[in-house]
Amino acid sequence: MPKRKSFLILITILLLAFVAGNLSYPDPLNNGIDFLNSRLRQGFGEQVKFSLPHFWNIPFRLGLDLQGGTHLIYQADLSGIDGADHKNALDGLRDVIERRVNLFGVSEPVIQIEEQSQRLIVELAGVKDVKEAISMIGQTPFLEFKEQKPDEEFNMILQKQQELEGMTFEEVQSVPDWQIALDDPFTSTQLTGRYLKKAELIFEPTTNKPMVSIQFDDEGAKLFEELTTRNIGKSVAIYIDNTLISSPIVQESISGGKAQISGSFTVDDAKTLVRSLNSGALPVPITLVSQETIGPSLGQESLNKSLKAGMIGFILVIVFMIIFYRLPGILASLALIVYIALNLSLIKLIPVTLTLSGIAGFILSMGMAVDANILIFSRMREELKLGKGFLISLEDGFKRAWPSVRDGNSTIILVSLILFSLGTSFVKGFALTLIIGNLIGIFSAIFITNNLLRCFGGTKFEKLSWLWK
Amino acid sequence: MNIPFIKYTKVYYIFSGILVIASLASLLIFGLQFSIDFSGGSILEVNFSSCDGSAVASCEGGENRPENSVIQEKLQDFDLGEIVIQPIGANGVIIRMKEVDESVHQQIILRLQEIQPKIDEKRFESIGPVIGKELRQKTITLIIVSLVALLAYITIAFRKISRPLSSWQYGIISIITLFFDVLIPVGVFASLGKFYNIQFNIPIIIALLTLLGYTINDKVVVFDRVRENLLKTKGGNFDACVNQSLNQILVRSISTGSCTLLVLLAIFFFGGETLKYFSLTLIIGIIVGTYSSLFLASPLLVSWQKRGRG
Repeated sequence: MPKRKSFLILITILLLAFVAGNLSYPDPLNNGIDFLNSRLRQGFGEQVKFSLPHFWNIPFRLGLDLQGGTHLIYQADLSGIDGADHKNALDGLRDVIERRVNLFGVSEPVIQIEEQSQRLIVELAGVKDVKEAISMIGQTPFLEFKEQKPDEEFNMILQKQQELEGMTFEEVQSVPDWQIALDDPFTSTQLTGRYLKKAELIFEPTTNKPMVSIQFDDEGAKLFEELTTRNIGKSVAIYIDNTLISSPIVQESISGGKAQISGSFTVDDAKTLVRSLNSGALPVPITLVSQETIGPSLGQESLNKSLKAGMIGFILVIVFMIIFYRLPGILASLALIVYIALNLSLIKLIPVTLTLSGIAGFILSMGMAVDANILIFSRMREELKLGKGFLISLEDGFKRAWPSVRDGNSTIILVSLILFSLGTSFVKGFALTLIIGNLIGIFSAIFITNNLLRCFGGTKFEKLSWLWK
Repeated sequence: MNIPFIKYTKVYYIFSGILVIASLASLLIFGLQFSIDFSGGSILEVNFSSCDGSAVASCEGGENRPENSVIQEKLQDFDLGEIVIQPIGANGVIIRMKEVDESVHQQIILRLQEIQPKIDEKRFESIGPVIGKELRQKTITLIIVSLVALLAYITIAFRKISRPLSSWQYGIISIITLFFDVLIPVGVFASLGKFYNIQFNIPIIIALLTLLGYTINDKVVVFDRVRENLLKTKGGNFDACVNQSLNQILVRSISTGSCTLLVLLAIFFFGGETLKYFSLTLIIGIIVGTYSSLFLASPLLVSWQKRGRG
């Protein structure tokens, strides 16, 4: 290879290492820049407008298990909703919960819906009081407007209920058809809390009793108008969390989407209701089916321990490489440092959310990246032992080791891809860093180690066989 | 240096046989302790240290962990199914129980605070039976898809090898040894589950699948060497050729294994509780995998070839 080309490649590697290194750990450079800026001020006085900019500082994104937080899975109950409207209902649910969670002041909450399984996934990172968060999400009232069942049925249920009033349970059981009274005389309509725009506390002008006034959005207003038109002279029932609050009789069709709920509540009750309605009434009922909460202390501990494990692993590998492979070992260690910088930069740039399993994948891929180098070195050694020249040995060694390097990394990538596409969050974090690590590993073996070794061709190091064999 | 590997074939077979029988026995007798990932349930980790989260070192020395019976007593009012209480660290315990909802969870914390008002709740996981079942199915799909993909890979990788064995024979030997590589760690975990209450969870399965992807290459590399040498020494002695390949590859195999092992050992000893058994699976698997590529896969090749001939 011509000298000029190899020089250019070396410069490229150094440049790459510099950028990647500072991208993954910009503190020293930025401190240096700060120092220079302050010197500039000292030298030329405060009026100097010019100052050196800082290097790009992108923070790592840490997963829930490293900063503490909670991962909640809710099951939505869509039984009352038409199949075609499922997506809408779930979207509405997500919006409401998003509002709720935002009220709680968590940074970057993740709220996802899984349409197929009708689930809602909420991830709150760094939340201190998980108990409070869960109760805030869960206690969101489920507001529902219902209308009367067909007259005959409605009257029958109502009659039965009146008939049974005041009886003890034993007495009730002696009345024929007493079960009818257990039925809900009302039937669900499409109008639920998802169409709610605003709720307000008002007082009835004459009696001064607290009431809740609600305003629907456009779609809700239309539904409400339809509902009232359909039910003039009948009662419409307002349910909150499946409890009947009031069932006023509709006097006339109401347009404009304003309604009032007057129940027998105290001012405090009404206030609470207004607040929770405003923060979002759930369009469909939900239940918490899975919870994973990591306390902040465990998160910090996991982070510290996994970083320590990474550092120790790194040192062990370097010591091992230098003892067993001497000069190539040192080169491989340099390549490993560049590899780590590149890997961390990519993790920051993509950005990959680092979880504990992700760090495990990162550390593991570090070991595997060194494997690629070992394969090349041992092959090169064999060629050198056959008495071939340095550059020829390197070339042949590399050529022979390449299929193994390629296959080794590709099977791991193959498995990781499967893990990534099918797995849960623990699995995905691991698979993703492993894939990135292996790709960069291949690159670093081909481009960095290989070219660093080439630089020694034709120098006097080449002749010192103890360095290589 | 030429180590007569193939000469000691019987020793490897007996040793491997013992390992297989021990693993199978442990698996069949003890069974695997599946974690709540698969069965649904709750797991609560609390620290009974009397100091706050920002504990100073001197504070940690104090032995504050209550007896298991004390915790059992506090929890007896709840319907928690079978409760397993496991100590962790200096002052912590892990409590495994039936799946509980949020309100019961909070009541449990209140009861535990009666023992030590400043308990630090480090972790709470509750997985409903539906989610557990789903995770189980997902994991099974994952295992099947990975195995099919690896089989396809083996078929492609050995497509070119022939004489004196055909490529499917290499494939079958690889599969047998891969099975061996997975069986041994699983057997170890059956015993660990029995004696130390170590749970068999999703991370361990992931480690096993990763292991398959990793160790399959050892086999491919060994067989590649055999193929390369077979082509060089046309019509030569098959035994000698395999033996020569093994000698060439020994150093590479061991040093490759050791580098990945080094980082895994670092994770095992320093990486914290969650990654401990994940890395242990890989450690056992890589050691077993390196052993089986050198001392099981190649002797099997020779034995099969001899049988075919004789």
